[in-house]
Amino acid sequence: MAKETETGVEAKQDAISRRVSAAEMEWQEKILKPALERSPERRRAFTTTSGVEIERLYTPADLPNFNYERDLGDPGEYPYTRGIHSTMYRGKIWTMRQFSGFGTPEETNQRLHYLLSQGQTGLSIAFDLPTLMGYDSDHPLAEGEVGKCGVAVSSLADMEVLLQGLPLEQVSTSMTINSPAAVIWAMYLVAAEKSGADWKKLSGTIQNDILKEYIAQKEYIFPPAPSMRLVVDTISFAARETPRWNPISISGYHIREAGSTAVQELAFTLRDGVEYVEWVLRAGLAVDDFAPRISFFFNAHNDLFEEVAKFRAARKVWARVIRERFGAKNPRSWTCRFHTQTAGCSLTAQQPYNNVVRTTIQALAAVLGGTQSLHTNSLDEAWSLPTEDAATLALRTQQVLAYESGLTEVVDPLAGSYLLEKLTLQTERACYEYFDKIDAMGGMVAAIEKGFPQREIHEAAYAYQRAIESKDKIIVGVNEFTSCEQPINILVVDQGVAATQRRKLRELRERRNHAQVQSTLETLGNAARTDQNLMPFILNCVRSYATLGEICDVLRRVFGKYEEPAFR
Amino acid sequence: MTASPIRVLVAKPGLDGHDRGAKIVARALRDAGMEVIYTGLRQTPEQIVNVALQEDVDAIGISILSGAHNSILPRICELLRQEEMEDVLLVVGGIIPNEDIPALKSAGVAEVFQPGVSTQEIVDFIRTHVRQKNAPTG
Repeated sequence: MAKETETGVEAKQDAISRRVSAAEMEWQEKILKPALERSPERRRAFTTTSGVEIERLYTPADLPNFNYERDLGDPGEYPYTRGIHSTMYRGKIWTMRQFSGFGTPEETNQRLHYLLSQGQTGLSIAFDLPTLMGYDSDHPLAEGEVGKCGVAVSSLADMEVLLQGLPLEQVSTSMTINSPAAVIWAMYLVAAEKSGADWKKLSGTIQNDILKEYIAQKEYIFPPAPSMRLVVDTISFAARETPRWNPISISGYHIREAGSTAVQELAFTLRDGVEYVEWVLRAGLAVDDFAPRISFFFNAHNDLFEEVAKFRAARKVWARVIRERFGAKNPRSWTCRFHTQTAGCSLTAQQPYNNVVRTTIQALAAVLGGTQSLHTNSLDEAWSLPTEDAATLALRTQQVLAYESGLTEVVDPLAGSYLLEKLTLQTERACYEYFDKIDAMGGMVAAIEKGFPQREIHEAAYAYQRAIESKDKIIVGVNEFTSCEQPINILVVDQGVAATQRRKLRELRERRNHAQVQSTLETLGNAARTDQNLMPFILNCVRSYATLGEICDVLRRVFGKYEEPAFR
Repeated sequence: MTASPIRVLVAKPGLDGHDRGAKIVARALRDAGMEVIYTGLRQTPEQIVNVALQEDVDAIGISILSGAHNSILPRICELLRQEEMEDVLLVVGGIIPNEDIPALKSAGVAEVFQPGVSTQEIVDFIRTHVRQKNAPTG
């Protein structure tokens, strides 16, 4: 009978108990039941993109004893569920920060200038795979890869060209670099210094989140312990030398792209955060010395309400963790500041213009979720790196949302929605359940060694793929509403990039002071065997124009290389 | 007596670490009754062909999203020729622009699976195109 089924569904739901009123029971009997008999719903159950069952209707019964001050609070105030600032976008619109990079440093420098001229308000640099893996453009393993996924940067000379003419003291720069983050950041710092910028004024971020590499993106070089040492060194260095710089962007984006659910994305990211804080504390810093400059990076996927709940839960969980688990006293330590990127994995090769629609919905979720900074993907995401036109349209998407939609006029406008407040509470609780599991395993490094997050992600990814192939989930243009495909123009990275970069490296090696390079590299190698902070040593190598590959080779020799456990 | 299962090597060449698809395909092929060896990340063409030879596979599935396919795949095809393994079915999945497909096929790639393909299509293709090893009896 319909009513028993309804109660059964509610009981199955998690334990924020739902107290159905007499009026609602009457509605179920008199209105809902006959409607269902006349016209059954399209499916037995509806789920979010992550597979969480979602109810037909949310009412006050879903939030029994909900107390605004206790369970929600105001923006700009602990636990910041409604936003980290009291005025949010009425005060300052989120930073429009398009991830960019391809080919040579010259080409990427042009694209960065172009995007600034079109109204982007922050810089974000994408590096090619050899750079991400700590190899120079002329390394044998770089064959075919130079400049293809991002810009090739092998030395300080490349970094100087990349940053040429950019107003580094006025515009913040984010760099997506992980295993060799300390080296690339050192190149940035020296290039900035040589251009006259003051380190104390430099604003930006290095991603530098090695834990998620083991979990999801797999761009690791060294084993976990020395990798964490490098992260700790950069965070300590930043706390002293670059007060406006975020030395880490703890990321869920890649975890989600690898196929995780929204809760897994949130839980694994924040639990990575807990791990980093523990390691930095063990190195002797006080939590309030560095926690204000911890930042995060989330995905904005298709399911609007699930995503907004996730962002709000993120702020609430992080605030509580950093204050209660770690005793942070500075309110700036408590705020979960984050960048968001719309979900690349949701975009299709088929009917690529549909991707503009997907990206718009996802950007909407990020803004309704209170992001500080946003990248919107381009329509050609499934084909290649963005063309200039596609990147421009992606930026315009943000600008339309910011200036034409009314979204920025109210802080946390969806608050009070029965659905959203319930989902926020459910997401928060599910996040803590994962924390308990991972704590019981001995922490995130231990959980990674056991393969736990990797398996969770793979299971979620496989379930999602099966749902698509059974048409339980519809992807417009792919498994439904297909049509004859019209090819689009895509970016092709110039074939000559590798040769150009190899020539520059030859010339660099000829003109630099060879003895000085060797000396700085040797000194770095010796320091790496101690527990000294490696940043000053890396900076010296960089100043002598030692290359990325040369510096990373020293570290590879000392730290070793990581091999992933076999996948069964 | 049934023919022995199809043996497939799933490989990630080059520096690309994005393995969501490769792992899903490996699992789908296993669910379809094939024996699958997954190489893990960052294999060179030499390593891939060597494992394929050692494991006596019927098919090789390459996953590559980094844009390095135009140098890596012809190299794999060349090595397969050198080892007289041209009857091993070679298929590729990942980010491959349409323009590059004809040259890849001329080099020896049997099929290119672009984003949006289903695992069932990959299973069916391998089943119908793989070399016949054992004549079915009975």
